[in-house]
Amino acid sequence: MKKIASAPYIIWMAIFIIVPLIMVAYFAFTSSDGAFTFENITKTEEYIPVFVKSIVLAAAATAICLAAAYPLAYILANMRLNAQSTMLMIIILPMWINLLLKTYAWQTLLGNNGLINSVLGLIGLGPYKLLNTRGAVILGMVYDLLPFMVLPLYTVMAKMDKSILEAAADLGCSKLQSILKVTVPLSVPGIISGITMVFIPAISTFIISRMLGGSSNLLIGDLIEMQFLGNSYNPNLGAGISLVLMAIVLIVMAVISLIDTSGNENEDRVGGARV
Amino acid sequence: MKKIVKNLYTALFIMFLYAPIFVLIIFSFNTTKSHSVMSGFTLKWYAELFRDRVIISSLITTVIVAVSASVISTVLGTMAAFGIHNMKKLPRYAALQVNNLPIVNPEIVTGVSLMLLFVFFAARMSFSLGYATLIIAHITFDAPYVVLNVMPKLRQMDKHLSDAAADLGCNPIQAFFKVVLPEIFPGVISGFLMSFTLSLDDFTVSYFVSGSSVQTLPVTIYAMTRRQVSPKINALSTLIFIVVVTVLVVKNIIERKNIRQEEIRI
Amino acid sequence: MKKFLSLIRAAVPAALIASAAAVLLSGCGNAAGGTVVPNPDTEYYSQLKDEGITLNFANWGDYISDGTDGYPDVISEFEDLTGITINCTTFATNEDLYAKMKAGAADYDIIIPSDYMISKMISEDMLEKLDRDNIPNIGNTDPKYLSREFDPSNEYSVPYFWGVTGIIYNKELVDEEDFGWEILWDEKYADQILMFDNPRDAFAVAENMLGYSMNSEDPAELQAAADLLTRQKPLVQAYVMDEIFNKMGAGEAAVAPYYAGDAVMLMRDYDFLDFKTVDSGANLFIDSMCIPKHAKNKKAAEIFINYLLEPEAALANSDYVGYSTPNAKAFELVSDDIKNNGISYFSDEYLSAHTETFKTLSPDAERLMSDLWTKIRSGK
Repeated sequence: MKKIASAPYIIWMAIFIIVPLIMVAYFAFTSSDGAFTFENITKTEEYIPVFVKSIVLAAAATAICLAAAYPLAYILANMRLNAQSTMLMIIILPMWINLLLKTYAWQTLLGNNGLINSVLGLIGLGPYKLLNTRGAVILGMVYDLLPFMVLPLYTVMAKMDKSILEAAADLGCSKLQSILKVTVPLSVPGIISGITMVFIPAISTFIISRMLGGSSNLLIGDLIEMQFLGNSYNPNLGAGISLVLMAIVLIVMAVISLIDTSGNENEDRVGGARV
Repeated sequence: MKKIVKNLYTALFIMFLYAPIFVLIIFSFNTTKSHSVMSGFTLKWYAELFRDRVIISSLITTVIVAVSASVISTVLGTMAAFGIHNMKKLPRYAALQVNNLPIVNPEIVTGVSLMLLFVFFAARMSFSLGYATLIIAHITFDAPYVVLNVMPKLRQMDKHLSDAAADLGCNPIQAFFKVVLPEIFPGVISGFLMSFTLSLDDFTVSYFVSGSSVQTLPVTIYAMTRRQVSPKINALSTLIFIVVVTVLVVKNIIERKNIRQEEIRI
Repeated sequence: MKKFLSLIRAAVPAALIASAAAVLLSGCGNAAGGTVVPNPDTEYYSQLKDEGITLNFANWGDYISDGTDGYPDVISEFEDLTGITINCTTFATNEDLYAKMKAGAADYDIIIPSDYMISKMISEDMLEKLDRDNIPNIGNTDPKYLSREFDPSNEYSVPYFWGVTGIIYNKELVDEEDFGWEILWDEKYADQILMFDNPRDAFAVAENMLGYSMNSEDPAELQAAADLLTRQKPLVQAYVMDEIFNKMGAGEAAVAPYYAGDAVMLMRDYDFLDFKTVDSGANLFIDSMCIPKHAKNKKAAEIFINYLLEPEAALANSDYVGYSTPNAKAFELVSDDIKNNGISYFSDEYLSAHTETFKTLSPDAERLMSDLWTKIRSGK
């Protein structure tokens, strides 16, 4: 009886989640005149360099986010409670400023005549080519997605039972040992949701690469956008590339979840960590 | 010594997060349109901002869409969570997997897939993409987060509570509002807030489904970044920044007061 | 302290109300400023006054005088005159506009595509025929921009602006006095070169370099042009359209092929920039106002087109946008400075000897070009 409460949303999901994905699949396997074809999938072979570049850049951004966010989440989780909530606020705040604007700000910071090169120029360095490089794209991804790595890590670390760490210390672990042997394994669920929340948006972005990447850093997202609303209108090919992108994401997620041996209930991980 | 390292790291981290934002704010006061050379101080961009109808109307659109989508998805998602919670294991698993799709799917795929759907029906039922499709699309990526925020609260709830309410003569609807809802309310609120935030800032999905007649603020900003960005936009982000800081600070103060009062009561 | 807090509490709502009032009072657009069209035909313009019509207008970025930087606000004057609201959206390239319309995601009443896109849209039955009786000012257009190949009987389009392509360059970074398209392949300017981010304009440059027609449909010639563009790629800083405003304006790049009118607008703000016409052959383009098939408000759209054809409105737009006007009556009002700037207007002899107009390519050639372009953009 109570199940009926979910009926509207089940219908909603069927129409607005399932059907659209079926349409993507339909477009992917038809040509522009509606005939069945594999061409849109096989044609993506030509774009393997784009896929490789997207995966490499997104993976690099994810790794940097993890490396940078982990110590911070650790520091954060061990602060006084009051300080914790203030710090969290400070980290969440930039997420309210529009991504396009922040990326645009980076564009002006990184330019040959931008602020960074001007400051370097004052001490007689540069100008360095910062904008329109792979590094700039990775920087943009890291900057945009860093909070999404900090938050899940912080959430698991804050919930961690401090007495386990004390026990480790009693048993003769050094601080570093207890971090490596206790904190890290216990924070695996946070690491996984952090990776998911950084890697997926990073691999599918078309804004960051367009604004910071210059001529040679076209990514999967750009390719898809070009086929639907851009310079080479071909929704069938666009749908084919979208399918391949979804497949890549699924594979990556499956691989990541292999690391997760903690057996936590999967159901509310992403949302729970995002709060 | 260790403390210094920790503080230094935290400070660097915060500097990194805020550097571009401060650049945006500083250049909102620049007399010229340059974003690299400061030529003088002015407030004229703030005046021009309020006179720019494209920016103002897309700001209004954004708020309308975010409010409607987050309210509807909060109702829809809370009901759904309640229903799904009471399902048998297999259907529950299936429903939650589908619910997760918009979260794990790349945003661009969600946008493209909804665009294909809307266009298909728009052509056959002669309506055009606009407010309705924007709000539907936003609900579609908002509601899953409401479900995910409410589910854990339902799980934590004592299973016998609603049975007890039924025994005391409540019908299921009364039981839901009098017993269940107060228990899961924090989850509902955080789901709502998350939906609202996501809607407010969404660019990718809106870009594909907004059509020609309405534009949300991020879509307008995108069109502007493709040309010369007017400092008006900097002025707008400065104002948004100030509003958000104020809201968060006030929220923090209220929370602390509540905690303190609770401590006193105990 | 308490007093201070209550002051803030009172000040915040007051400030909010004041700013809201400012928005309401100013209405849409920048209402201040003189009237653009001094003596409009009020009876004609007010025929749809009370119907609450909103027109969806798809335009290029900064392609109409809208009150920015103290220029007249043509749009709000039209709105005040007719009671018709204009909803402006922008597109970046012709292909972009085509994709938005073809995808069915857009629903415009007026669009301003360029020549070759107009004939493509006509052939795909995407445009509505104009009702010339509703557009009394249609005769203001200089006949030399009419009856072109893309719309031989002028049934679907009315010219809005025209211009040529050329090279915008930074005088502080470029030492050559005389150069053509080949500067875009000069290794000396590696990483300081911007390039068109649309297939048609980019291929035209390469085809002209190779001595081919810009309308070549020969697969071998298209392939050769694509090879040339691929060779250029390592030297290109970024593929851009209107982003050149940011990049050239900030001095980030040395050379960029672009449209003459935008050079005029850029040079107004940045005196270190200049424009070079390319004598070996540039593209002459005509951007015209059209009404898409099934537009909801065709008559209102025609009234708007008529207003944009008013000599004073056309002049105001040309002054702000920097592009050359095809409106004969507006041209008479153009200042001599602009007429003789060497960028905006040319003799007929020069144009026929040194420019080429795009024609719609066959579907096969177009598909090939589009595929080659995606490959160039996505390659290493």
